[in-house]
Amino acid sequence: MAETATTKNLPLAKAINESLRAALESDPKVLIMGEDVGKLGGVFRVTDGLQKDFGESRVVDTPLAESGIVGTAIGLALRGYRPVVEIQFDGFVFPAYDQIVTQLAKMHARSLGKVKLPIVVRIPYGGGIGAVEHHSESPEALFAHVAGLKIVSPSNASDAYWMMQQAIQSDDPVIFFEPKRRYWDKGEVNTEAIPGPLHKARVVREGTALTLAAYGPMVKLCQEVADAAAEEGKSLEILDLRSVSPLDFDAIQASVEKTRRLVVVHEAPVFFGSGAEIAARITERCFYHLEAPVLRVGGYHAPYPPARLEEEYLPSLDRVLDAVDRALAY
Amino acid sequence: MTVESTATRKPRRSAGSKAKGADPDLVQLLTPEGKRVKNAKTAPYDKYVAGITPDELRGLYRDMVLTRRFDAEATALQRQGELGLWASLLGQEAAQIGSGRATREDDYVFPTYREHGVAWCRGVDPTNLLGMFRGVNHGGWDPNTNNFHLYTIVIGSQTLHATGYAMGVTMDGADSAVVAYFGDGASSQGDVAESFTFSAVYNAPVVFFCQNNQWAISEPTEKQTRVPLYQRAQGYGFPGVRVDGNDVLACLAVTKWALERARSGEGPTLVEAYTYRMGAHTTSDDPTKYRADEERESWEAKDPILRLRRYLEASNHADEGFFAELETESEALGRRVREAVRAMPDPDRFALFEHVYADGHALVDEERAQFAAYQASFADEEGGK
Repeated sequence: MAETATTKNLPLAKAINESLRAALESDPKVLIMGEDVGKLGGVFRVTDGLQKDFGESRVVDTPLAESGIVGTAIGLALRGYRPVVEIQFDGFVFPAYDQIVTQLAKMHARSLGKVKLPIVVRIPYGGGIGAVEHHSESPEALFAHVAGLKIVSPSNASDAYWMMQQAIQSDDPVIFFEPKRRYWDKGEVNTEAIPGPLHKARVVREGTALTLAAYGPMVKLCQEVADAAAEEGKSLEILDLRSVSPLDFDAIQASVEKTRRLVVVHEAPVFFGSGAEIAARITERCFYHLEAPVLRVGGYHAPYPPARLEEEYLPSLDRVLDAVDRALAY
Repeated sequence: MTVESTATRKPRRSAGSKAKGADPDLVQLLTPEGKRVKNAKTAPYDKYVAGITPDELRGLYRDMVLTRRFDAEATALQRQGELGLWASLLGQEAAQIGSGRATREDDYVFPTYREHGVAWCRGVDPTNLLGMFRGVNHGGWDPNTNNFHLYTIVIGSQTLHATGYAMGVTMDGADSAVVAYFGDGASSQGDVAESFTFSAVYNAPVVFFCQNNQWAISEPTEKQTRVPLYQRAQGYGFPGVRVDGNDVLACLAVTKWALERARSGEGPTLVEAYTYRMGAHTTSDDPTKYRADEERESWEAKDPILRLRRYLEASNHADEGFFAELETESEALGRRVREAVRAMPDPDRFALFEHVYADGHALVDEERAQFAAYQASFADEEGGK
């Protein structure tokens, strides 16, 4: 499809960049903060060119202190700003975990609704890029356990653009997990479309035999799985969950009531992961519809391995197909 | 006294300076005997209280007395089972009233959980402070009504909020300032170090007001630092001052000076108010297990209220009528607080689902509905009897 005035074919990272640009243009209270987000444009160039166009006071290079970044963003939000902060890599968020859990998440409730903290915490996450330690993790469940936070992860360029717009407009703090291995995947972005709700799942592909539920980087893998399964005559439905908190259980339930089988796929460790919560709730909601237990494919209960082993750790085409076969065998 | 002026001094091994005699670092305008001091050390700050009227002095005295009365009432209410916990400010009245009265209405204050005197100065009704200690809420006031943030319990977190707020003040081109309260224990927290770094890098208009009350629950200041805390500022590139935290006049003057620096674009300042926690850390604490009575007794002689009273009497700024009237007002405050706490209702059980999110959340809605159905099942049972 040819590009039009409002439709562009963009890599996912560039879609976020354009979304941040649009937010900076439309709301003078929006700020970008983080390490190397200025002249460099971030280590993944997601903020490329923004400081040049909006200045150092709106695109703020910060000291290398994650707790400081989130803590000062809270102060700026109390002053009326809408900070979008970048944590450089998934494994570096933990110095800020205290501020996120004890302050950011709870301020609205503890102030009885008097204080809103419209802050977006951007975290490039996940593996598959051959990186060193602490650069490939998927800590979304550690945040989903905390009331007061909303957690989303786009799987494609269009969602990346629109979900970022909606996250910035949200009066709640949003942890925005960006699938770093998909940063360079291109997709159509219509900057004048009317987006659906931020926290609703989307059926990516209709099917009848089994539902694959995923978000972020694993949606693309599920599409490959569904293609391979189709060659064997198996019709799989794919649900892009998009939001981890809240989770769109109604959409999962509707799909499972149709297909009667569910496999959840994420890069994060399976143990206490979002798949565990989905399995528990869907079992409760769909007990009489299920033909097989809900299965999960994800990381192991081991530290994220060195890059030469990450293909063994991450869900792969064959590992997901194996789970599909096991579910269909019931 | 600024860091620069003491830069050549050898750091002492111990920061506690429990030694008897005058502390050469200390900015003091009123001696414990109530004598006004003026010398080279007080010179930079004298002008900030030069025009203070007898009326204002009596006001400071009244603030301290009423704050202490309120605090005593809260301790008693805890002992009576009306509050679950109380963190007393006993002994720190001058540090809090002096610094609190230095702030302007448009300034913003970020307190710990012990800043009852600062809350008083900012106009927060004392009864509002008690909700969280009674367990009916986590903070009963709107921070933006008095520019007084909610009490922060996690040690040191609020110093970053203060710094971020101050960065916002600069971005807005305003001349307001921000005060971040914290203690000697908090000085060890990474968030406090990061707030010093951020405020210095962005030249944020923030005053870090550290009440060094000598004890972080059971740990003396020596367990937190090898250098006097005010000297920490030097490493971050902004001035640090140690002020007599039991001297309301000195706390007022030094904080005004620091706020003026903030307003005029000179960035952050660290004020270490050297004081003493006369009571327990909280009502759950037992200081007899870790500190000697003699230490507390030595600080009784430096009492902040007593010294201002001596000054007021010696300078004929207050008569017996004033003190008697204040005594009556004080008892009335105690009574009002007592009645307000006892009348404070438990929150509705559904309040636990309220305000978790600003824009709502499907899971909260679902669990609220489940909780409601569970509650309603009892009504059915009762109805069926």
